[in-house]
Amino acid sequence: MTDAVLTQTKLSSRSLKTGRRAIGWRFATPAIALILLIGLFPFFWSLAVSFQNITGSNRAGIWVGLANYERLLSDLRFWAAFGRTLLILAVALPLELIFGLLLALHFQADRPFKRLFVALLVLPAVVSPMVAGSMWRLMFDHKFGPINQIIAWVAGEPVVLLWVIKPYLAFWAIIITEVWQWTPFMFVLILAALANVDREQLEAAEIDGAGRFRVFFKIVLPAIMPVLAIALLIRGLDVFRIFDAVWQLTRGGPGNKTETLSIFMYIRGFQSFDTSYTAAAVVLVLFVLSVAVTLILKRLRIAR
Amino acid sequence: MRKTPLWHGIVWYGVSIAILLVMLFPIYWMFMVSLKLPEEIFASPPVWFPSQPQFGNFAALFNDGDVWSLWNSLVIAGVSTVVAMVLGTLCAYAIVRFNTGGENLAIWILSQRMLPPIAIVFPIFLAYANLGLADSYFGLILLYTAFALPYVIWMMRGYLQDVPRDLEESAEVDGLSALGVLWKVAVPMARNGLIATAIFAFIFSWNEFLFALILTRTEVITFTVQISQYFGSQSTFWAKIGAMSVLGTLPVFIAVTMLQRYLVRGISMGAVKG
Repeated sequence: MTDAVLTQTKLSSRSLKTGRRAIGWRFATPAIALILLIGLFPFFWSLAVSFQNITGSNRAGIWVGLANYERLLSDLRFWAAFGRTLLILAVALPLELIFGLLLALHFQADRPFKRLFVALLVLPAVVSPMVAGSMWRLMFDHKFGPINQIIAWVAGEPVVLLWVIKPYLAFWAIIITEVWQWTPFMFVLILAALANVDREQLEAAEIDGAGRFRVFFKIVLPAIMPVLAIALLIRGLDVFRIFDAVWQLTRGGPGNKTETLSIFMYIRGFQSFDTSYTAAAVVLVLFVLSVAVTLILKRLRIAR
Repeated sequence: MRKTPLWHGIVWYGVSIAILLVMLFPIYWMFMVSLKLPEEIFASPPVWFPSQPQFGNFAALFNDGDVWSLWNSLVIAGVSTVVAMVLGTLCAYAIVRFNTGGENLAIWILSQRMLPPIAIVFPIFLAYANLGLADSYFGLILLYTAFALPYVIWMMRGYLQDVPRDLEESAEVDGLSALGVLWKVAVPMARNGLIATAIFAFIFSWNEFLFALILTRTEVITFTVQISQYFGSQSTFWAKIGAMSVLGTLPVFIAVTMLQRYLVRGISMGAVKG
C-alpha cells in the first residue's frame, strides 16, 4: 500500500473512529461507574476517617493526623494477624499445590469413570467456605466429631485432641480446612494444563529414553508453569482475604490466637467499634494489596 | 503403546477411590448430619450412619420459616447476577471491540476483583446505615452487583474475544447498530460462555458470607447468615446447620456438575482454558 492510499484511508476512518470510541465509553460507563462507586468510595472515605478519632461512642471525630497509623504500626495484635495470614499462605499454598499436582498426575490417566471421579473431586471447591467451615467445626469437635475417632483408630488408643480450643491445633484445623477446600481448585487447573502439554514432545522424549522424572522436570513442569503461577496468584490473594472458614472454625480464638487480617479488621470495626483505627488498617491493607496486585498482574501479563 | 498389566488398573482404581473417600468425607458428613435425629448428632462416639434417616430437620426449617433465608439468597444473588451480566457484557464488549480504556482499564477491573471484601464492606456499612440501605434487598443487590462485575467483565471479555470478528463486521455493513451487533450476533455466538459466566457469578454471590453478615440483620438474611445464627454461646443447632447446609449446597453441586466443561475457565478467571 502506498503512503497516499494509507493517508486517505486514515482520513476517512477518523470520524468513524471517534464515533466508535464514544460508543465504547457509553457501553462501558455504567459498569465502571458502579465499580468506582463501590471500589473507590470506601477507599477515600476510609482515608478521610483514618486521620480522625471516630469511634462507636464518639461519632464526631477531630483530626488527629497520623496517630491511628502510628498506633497500627506499633500494634502487636495487628502484626500477629498479618504474620498469621502470611503463615497460612506459606503453609497452605504449597500443600494445595503439591496435593493438586499429585492428584492431577494421578487422574491424568485415561480410564473409564475418570470423568466421574474428577467431577466428584471438584465439589469441595464450590461449597460455600462458610458451610465448609461449619462442617469442619463439627467434625473437629472433640466429643461428637469423627476426626478424633479416626485418629484413635489409627493410633489404637483413645485420643482427645481439643482441635479448635488449643491454639496450635486450631491453626492446623484452619490449614486442613483450607487445604481440603482448595486442593481441588489447584487440581482441576493443573489437570487442564497437563492435557495441553505437547504430546509429540513427550513421545519424542520417551523414544530418546528419558526417564519419567526427567520428562516431568524438563518438559511437563515448564509447560504447566504459567498455569501454576496463575493458580498460585489467585489462591494467594484469596488467602489474604480469608475470613469465612476461620470465622466458623474459631472466630479468631482462642483469645486472638487465630486472628487473620480480615478477622482483625472485623473485630476492630464491628465489635470494638474502633472506626478510625479500622479505617487506617483498611487503607494500609488496600494500599499494599493494590500495589502488589497491579505489579503482579502486569508482570504475569494475563491481560494479554 | 505398551500394554499395561492388569494390576496397574486395580491400583489406579484403588487409589482413586481412596482419594474420593477422603475428599468427600466432609460432604458425606454434612448429608448424614442433616438426616440424623437431633439427639443422635450429639452421640459420643459419633454415629457414622443415622439409625433412622429422617427429614425432620428439613421440616423444622420449613415450619420455623428459616427457609426464607434461601429465598433471600436467591433474590439477592439472582437479581445482582442479571444486572451484572447486562452491565458487564456491555463493558466487556466495549473493551474487546472498541478497545475502550486500553489494557489499563482491563487490569484495573481485574485488580478490583482481588481486594479484600472486609476493606470494602466496612465503609459501605457506615454509608448504608446513614442512607437507610442496611438490611434491604436494594443495598445488598447493589453491593453484590458491583462485586460480581469485575468477574463478569473479565470472563465475558474472554468469551467475546472468541467470537469471529468477520461476522460482526458483516452485520455492521448490513446496517445494525453497535448494540444490535452485540445483541443479535455476539451474544448468541457467546451464549454458552455467557450462561456459564452467569451461573458462576451466581454461585459466588450465593456462597458469599461476609457482606451478608455485616449488612443484614433480620429482614433479608441470606442462608449463610442464617447458618451462622445457629451457632449460639449456649447451644449450637447442628441439626438445622446440617439441613440448611444441604439445601444451600445441593443446587450448587447440580449446577457445577452440568457446567463441567466450563469449570476450569470459570474458576481460573479465564486464565486457563480447559
